[in-house]
Amino acid sequence: MIDRRLIQNFDWYLLLLTFAISAVGLLTLYSATSSGGKAHPAIVMRQMYWLGLGLVVMVLAFSVDYRWLERFAYPAYLAGLLPLVAVLVMGRSVSGSRRWLDLGFIVFQPSEIMKPLLMIALARYFSQEGRGTSYRLRDLLVPAGIILVPAALVLLEPDLGTAGLLILIGASVVLFVGVKLSSLFLVGGVGLGCIPLLWLIMKPYQRQRILTLFDPDKDPLGAGYHIIQSKIAVGSGQIWGKGFLQGTQGQLRFIPEHHTDFIFSVLAEEWGFVGCLLILGLFLCLLLRALQIARRSRDRFGMLLCVQIAAILFWQLAINTAMVLGMAPVVGVTLPLVSYGGSSLLVTLGCVGVLLNVHMRKFIFQN
Amino acid sequence: MSALKHLEMPDLEAERRRFQVVVAVVMVAFIILALRLWYLQLIRGEYYRTLSETNRIRVENLPPPRGTIFDRHGTVLVDIRPGFSLAIIPEDIKDMDETLTALSQVLGYDKSVLEERVEMAESEPPFRPIVLIRDMTRDQLAAVESHRFYLPGVVVQIEPRRSYEWPAFAAHLIGYVGEIDERQLKDSRYVGYRQGDYLGKYGVEQQWERVLNGQRGGRQVEVDSAGRQLRVLREVPALPGQNLVLTLDANLQRRAEEALSGKAGAIVALDPNNGDILAMASSPAFDQNRFVRGLSTKDWQDLIDDPLHPLNNKAIQGAYPPGSTFKPVVDTAALEEGVAEPGTTLGCQGQMYFGNRFYRCWEKRGHGRIDLYQGLVRSCDVYHYQLGLKLGVDRMAEYARRLGYGSRTLIGLSNESRGLVPNSQWKLKRFGIPWQKGEDLSISIGQGFLLVTPLQQAVGYATLVNGGKIVQPRIVQRVESPEGAVLEEVQPQVLGEAKLKPTTLEFMRRAMAGVVQDPGGTGKAARLPGILVGGKTGTAQVVRMADNEPRNRDLKSVPYEYRDHAWFVCFAPVEAPRIVVAVLVEHGGHGGSASAPLARQVLEEFFQIKPPTAVGQKKPATETGETQED
Repeated sequence: MIDRRLIQNFDWYLLLLTFAISAVGLLTLYSATSSGGKAHPAIVMRQMYWLGLGLVVMVLAFSVDYRWLERFAYPAYLAGLLPLVAVLVMGRSVSGSRRWLDLGFIVFQPSEIMKPLLMIALARYFSQEGRGTSYRLRDLLVPAGIILVPAALVLLEPDLGTAGLLILIGASVVLFVGVKLSSLFLVGGVGLGCIPLLWLIMKPYQRQRILTLFDPDKDPLGAGYHIIQSKIAVGSGQIWGKGFLQGTQGQLRFIPEHHTDFIFSVLAEEWGFVGCLLILGLFLCLLLRALQIARRSRDRFGMLLCVQIAAILFWQLAINTAMVLGMAPVVGVTLPLVSYGGSSLLVTLGCVGVLLNVHMRKFIFQN
Repeated sequence: MSALKHLEMPDLEAERRRFQVVVAVVMVAFIILALRLWYLQLIRGEYYRTLSETNRIRVENLPPPRGTIFDRHGTVLVDIRPGFSLAIIPEDIKDMDETLTALSQVLGYDKSVLEERVEMAESEPPFRPIVLIRDMTRDQLAAVESHRFYLPGVVVQIEPRRSYEWPAFAAHLIGYVGEIDERQLKDSRYVGYRQGDYLGKYGVEQQWERVLNGQRGGRQVEVDSAGRQLRVLREVPALPGQNLVLTLDANLQRRAEEALSGKAGAIVALDPNNGDILAMASSPAFDQNRFVRGLSTKDWQDLIDDPLHPLNNKAIQGAYPPGSTFKPVVDTAALEEGVAEPGTTLGCQGQMYFGNRFYRCWEKRGHGRIDLYQGLVRSCDVYHYQLGLKLGVDRMAEYARRLGYGSRTLIGLSNESRGLVPNSQWKLKRFGIPWQKGEDLSISIGQGFLLVTPLQQAVGYATLVNGGKIVQPRIVQRVESPEGAVLEEVQPQVLGEAKLKPTTLEFMRRAMAGVVQDPGGTGKAARLPGILVGGKTGTAQVVRMADNEPRNRDLKSVPYEYRDHAWFVCFAPVEAPRIVVAVLVEHGGHGGSASAPLARQVLEEFFQIKPPTAVGQKKPATETGETQED
């Protein structure tokens, strides 16, 4: 049943890169969660379970021809909006924001699931309406809606980081397919115009949280402190780093998110400049590979899908590292494959699966 | 195929260029990140390495001082004082076990208690102080300070603490603050609060939390490896909370609490014209300062298990049958509905036969033929039974509701009871049984399903004597800045109009004055020299008495929990009332003897009248059965 060419075209290089980054992630996580020489393997074990589950998702994601995704793009997108609304109504509230939905047997973040669904919907839209380089304003109304509706729902949780990511994915693909400059400014203007509207809907404490993101001084004990400590951790790594399990800043748990959002600072402290360049190099190879797969894909849908996957990996990486290095506000964006977190890992590995999928089927002609 | 490819060529060319742009963007981003890393790790690396190894940056919490609470005359009721907490910073401690042993010896504390606190904070980062003892005494503080040198990593934190100036004063109204608990930490309303923060948990402290609580400050300090502070890097000072000026009159409140001491019950005094709460006492009370220090589980359990419920604000949470204090409501309904006129006379033989049962009057000998005025002044049950039958429950309920009974007064304190004003529809829905005519008789003397709170009584009587407007009770007059500038005036609110005829109101006021001032009145014990007082007594049955039991039993012969509740609600001066006082003594017996004297003490304070001498205090309660009304 399985076409031999599928196996021949399997992208072992991409898979190897993914495993390499994940392995570095696990090591860093092990170091980040141990303190005073004592390891707390529970979190590492859990991450490994998630990794295993993620591999299953990855296999599923490349087994089935990705054109199935095209067929169900819109229904799946609409279905993905439901939990986003549900989480606002009945979500589990953790320190002031409702992001988690508890289904009894599993707790998950609907906003994570929205990421791939949004990418698929946008890929489908732009692959069908393809008109080359001349997208005008009215052609962009529908995609603007597709992007802004889930983004607005996520912003209400409030989860500024993920909302921003959704918008960045959308903006990246819109820019990629090519837009008339005038239309671009108009859409951007409308998007900016929506912000005060959202501001009015939000509750005072939600506004407070968002204000703090942009002005860490408002919370002198919180975000501002994290940034300073993060910079100390990164800087103290110097060229070669302090060595595995030798970091003091990370293990002293100076920040509550040391194993999620700020894990890069642990890595930088222990592996130094050389280690950082290495992991950044791995990520760079991954991104370039994703773009290469996009370019060589058989159809426009596959290409747009891969471009968006590259985009989301790129933006998460860029925002997360910029935040850790004190160049961006502290928002809840994780480092793909490295930060601790189940939903994010599953989605990332699923995305890698789709890349493998598109790569495998680049030479197969449509029946 | 080749033809197809040819057609797509320009597109492919555009695409190729687009990919080149994308790759360029990615490369630029990576170069920026690498440069940043270069700067942090190579150029500034030495500096950060030193920081991470020898010097550390700490964050110190600067909790905000809470706003002060004043009474209406500017007397300070609640303030702040410095509190000294003992904390340790695990990171700076060489030998935890040794340190804890030393501390337990110096302070005379059980070591296991200290260990428990350390264990609880195990998941916290080691640079964050663990508070071992909140609010040390002066002696403890001195002991620690003299040993500080030998105890590295032990710190004394000075924090503003809540101080309730007089223990237990207006405890239920003002409430208390306590450490934030697990549940509140997760509540989205308390975003920004952290473990160890204090917040209002009861009363005004809870309801006005947002105003009273200031804004936390913080300080980033650089410390050396021994934990000594080297320099302050940045400091954001804490902003104090705003002050509240209450409507409460401290002297009146104290008098009310004294009057209630040794009893269980509540006293509410309010201004009928604007709803200002002048006094609100609930007895027994509790010392709020104990909550600031933190109650042990056992102390907390004792407070909860106390049969007299000291934590309940009986003035707003306690719902009791009103007994005869409900008769003015029945009379008002009768006058408004044309069921009776002031001149309507009805007979009382000491009991009334209805539906196979005798309904008794508290006066066994009967009141004879009396009119409405006498019916109220002498609190005749049989007279009111007859009015109740003519009116029916639904019309009585309608007027009770118009006076504010059966709904919350919206005083703005949590756990306010709405009481219960039953009507026929309610009973059918609740029990599936239609209303029985005999129950009209119970309602007419304030028994049956009827339940009211002392505050509702005060508001209801205020409505009768202020021309018919339902005032919303007001506790806070205004909000002031820490410097004393007025930030916000809380305006008195009128919630609605009772829509009663002026002639009805005029008659009710005259009749209630008769209750206190007339020779045969049941409220004589509340008389004041030179000032006319009006009111109504009430004795509310707690358990339904057997038919053959005498109505006027000796109080002592009945077990405490079966004794009647004693009510008295009054207003003064009759011509232009400035104060309404509602008194309830749980299981106190008769309203005229148990509650009216307490009301008089409050009125004396309000009108600045010297208490009468011992001779004048000849107890009205002993003046035979006449005052032993029902």
